[in-house]
Amino acid sequence: MTATVTETVTEQPVSTRRTTEGRRATIVGFVLLGLTAVVLWVFALGAASDATATFNLSLPNDRFQGLTWAFNARALSLVVAVVLAALGAQRLRRSQLGWTNTVLGIGLLLFVVSFLGWAAAGSSFSLVGMLRSTVISAVVITLGALTGLMCERAGVVNIGIEGQLLTSAFVATVLSSAFGTVAGVTGAMLAGALLGAVLAWLAIKFQVDQIIAGVVINIFALGLTSFLASRVLSEAQDLNAPARVPSFRLPLLADIPVLGPMFFDHTFFVYGMLLLAFGLHFAFFRTRWGLRARAVGEHPKAADTLGIDVYRVRYRNVILGGLIAGFGGAFLALAQIARFEEDMTGGIGFIGLAALIFGRWMPLGCLAAGLVFGFSGALAQKVAILGTGIPSEFMLMLPYVATVIVVAGVVGHARAPAADGQPYIKG
Amino acid sequence: MALELRGITKRFPGVLANDDVSLAVGSGEVLALLGENGAGKTTLMNILYGLYRPDEGSVVVDDRELDLASSRDAIAAGIGMVHQHFMLVPVFTVAENVILGQEPSGPLGVIKKDAARATVRDISERYRLHVDPDAVIEDLPVGVQQRVEIVKVLNREARYVIFDEPTAVLTPQEVEEFFAIVRGLQADGKGIIFITHKLGEALEVADRVAVMRAGRKVAEVTPGETSEAHLAELMVGRPVELVVPKDTSHPGATVLQVQDLVVRDDRGHRAVNGVTFEVRTGEIVGVAGVQGNGQTELIEAIMGLRPSLAGNVVLDGTDVTDYNPRQLHEARVSHIPEDRQESGLVLGFTVAENMVLNCYYEEPFSRVLVMDWDATNEAAQRLVKQYDVRTPGIEVPVSNLSGGNQQKVIVAREFDRDVRLVIASQPTRGIDVGSIEYIHGQIVAKRDAGAAVLVVSSELDEVTALADRILVLYHGKIAGEFPPDADITEIGLAMLGSGR
Ligand SMILES: Nc1ncnc2c1ncn2[C@@H]1O[C@H](COP(=O)(O)OP(=O)(O)OP(=O)(O)O)[C@@H](O)[C@H]1O
Ligand SMILES: [Mg+2]
Repeated sequence: MTATVTETVTEQPVSTRRTTEGRRATIVGFVLLGLTAVVLWVFALGAASDATATFNLSLPNDRFQGLTWAFNARALSLVVAVVLAALGAQRLRRSQLGWTNTVLGIGLLLFVVSFLGWAAAGSSFSLVGMLRSTVISAVVITLGALTGLMCERAGVVNIGIEGQLLTSAFVATVLSSAFGTVAGVTGAMLAGALLGAVLAWLAIKFQVDQIIAGVVINIFALGLTSFLASRVLSEAQDLNAPARVPSFRLPLLADIPVLGPMFFDHTFFVYGMLLLAFGLHFAFFRTRWGLRARAVGEHPKAADTLGIDVYRVRYRNVILGGLIAGFGGAFLALAQIARFEEDMTGGIGFIGLAALIFGRWMPLGCLAAGLVFGFSGALAQKVAILGTGIPSEFMLMLPYVATVIVVAGVVGHARAPAADGQPYIKG
Repeated sequence: MALELRGITKRFPGVLANDDVSLAVGSGEVLALLGENGAGKTTLMNILYGLYRPDEGSVVVDDRELDLASSRDAIAAGIGMVHQHFMLVPVFTVAENVILGQEPSGPLGVIKKDAARATVRDISERYRLHVDPDAVIEDLPVGVQQRVEIVKVLNREARYVIFDEPTAVLTPQEVEEFFAIVRGLQADGKGIIFITHKLGEALEVADRVAVMRAGRKVAEVTPGETSEAHLAELMVGRPVELVVPKDTSHPGATVLQVQDLVVRDDRGHRAVNGVTFEVRTGEIVGVAGVQGNGQTELIEAIMGLRPSLAGNVVLDGTDVTDYNPRQLHEARVSHIPEDRQESGLVLGFTVAENMVLNCYYEEPFSRVLVMDWDATNEAAQRLVKQYDVRTPGIEVPVSNLSGGNQQKVIVAREFDRDVRLVIASQPTRGIDVGSIEYIHGQIVAKRDAGAAVLVVSSELDEVTALADRILVLYHGKIAGEFPPDADITEIGLAMLGSGR
């Protein structure tokens, strides 16, 4: 019966006017046209833009040297403007919907290329260097997102990622200074896991509101590490001097032009992030473990009636998530600046949560989102160096502006696990 | 070969849910379990399935006493259960739901998807269940979801299968298919316990019928030696009127006018496609139709819960198309929503709080900005008594009440005032005969007091029993109008779209 109903109803022409898909297409269409205008007036017709911009595509210690891409900035911007206008018009005509996100992504990418061409007109600029720092900036964001993913997929909201990162960064600094890198990283992961266990305990055993539990962890972590940093680290300076983790060139892979320096000439933290993202994607969607974890996050009662221990799955996932956060904290302390500073996370744990939403609760999505956010950070840095007249403070806002736009749902609505944040009460 | 419950007693705070209950079902036997809402049927089955621990008594399978600490133990003992509210993960595929908890997997726990699919296909073929292993649950109609639950149970090699109110959500055709499946399982030697509120169904499929009342088993009979009226009396403890007595209607002025209404469903299809009708004072208009023909969207649009694409809703001459639910409440419209747990109640709130959900902001429940709890509690106490809501108190969360009593809370809240228009969707879904008698009586009383009443039900019997005029909804259009004494088969044909 129901089948017939659906069939006949679908035959009716469904006008796209009022559907959300249609509305999003309109918004994206206008956004693309707006970008076209900026590209035309600013990038293409700007006074200095009729000059050659050179993008360097290799770094000093690459195998293939001297790869460059040189072009006339004005010509490129004109081409980009035409493509953007065509894409925007196509969205507004709504002849063919779908792919809206992809079209928006392509449009933004073209816009950024045109922008860089304009900024680099008359000089040269290391594109690969920027892509490489994109990957580095993405590490903590991605690891934070993966931490959130581990918890939320099993139905526990973790707002405390920030606190986990900060605490483990502190632990990594101290232990690495005293006993070396291995101890630092291990200790940091255990510290992250310990905070995860506390969160799980509060959320599962006492059914404390999970948002509040996470906030408590953040405040606790900030207070504790600030106190210890000012009391202990300022006294014993040698505890705040960890060895910087060196890069490790992956043979052969690192020789690939562009991709090599981008991904394969880094510290083990970067490789860890990549392995985790791919590994977790496989684990969540291919293995027994992942199926059960997802079931617990979607419909815990159903899982319970099939003999799956909901509490155990939740504890395990939140604690494993803590390990990942700890790894991220160690990266902050040992690979970036090799010392601990008060509140050195500066909200990056929350950007990780935004990346989780942007990545639609998928591990590879988290990686992609991490790279997008990382890119906006790297772009801000580069532009500050290039000196375009745009205030660098403004460019530094970019990652946060990107976060707000993403979370506000311009990218369409993603669906969180159904039981996300809800305590499960047995019986 | 039998499954037995011996002397089971289960207490909840303030409630004796099961009181020394003993039951048995053998292989190849169908036992129907009847009882009022709150009689303790679901509790008893949850004990059998290891979800609750009994305070006294034991579960015995094939002469072996079991200690059921969790559903895992029950599954291992060959007991399977299809729950009153399905236990399926909506975003998973059929195959994933079926294997969950018992995944065929290789090294590293990698799931063998092909094996899973093959399992589903095998079982589906063997018992003629017709489910597609790759379909996603949330896209499937309830009837199919239920068959997925059955596949799940069979995949765990259950020898005893419990069905908790399996037919409450099914269309008449699906019920027939379900009975065929039950007979197939029976022929295969499974023992089956089947809970229902529909007495006719119990008489049709069961070998034996057990009746519970207030936690106790009060009777066990065979279909041959009983009748619907007799079973109803056993359940409720007094004779029950299975069809409400009512006088002929004397319709007066038009109250509700619906004109050319067009409404979209969630997927953007026109679920209601140009519907026009009216309801007058002192008459009950019944909307019949197979579930999913636009009933939900029609009522939501009238009640201001869903925007309409075109057309008007007029109440006493005023255009109320764009009214929100509170404005409608203030225009003296009462609404019993289709899904009581989803939109009728706040499950975590107490009975008292739920009793004033529609009027908490008015005098005397709220003074200036502060709730007057004494007035609220007093009103709740009175309503609980007047509408016979079985609850340990007005301070318990409404989620603790049985389904029928939850529904009575809604009826009490919505009916306890002078109303102009009553809209009742599936008012007695999942409700026992005693309560049906009561709720039907209340609806008729509202009509006789001069209200206009619109009743929507996928239960044709309910519509013919209550309505003074019957509209059949098919594919979002009115496919026919009938007097209450019309030929049932003719209405049935209209419901299937093959009428005039
Ligand atoms: N978790 C619980 N906590 C407290 N009381 C409960 C709980 N579950 C059920 N009860 C109470 O136990 C009694 C039996 O409820 P049960 O759900 O078994 O009834 P039922 O016969 O299945 O009713 P229905 O036909 O409405 O489904 C009811 O009074 C109910 O309020
Ligand atoms: Mg029940």
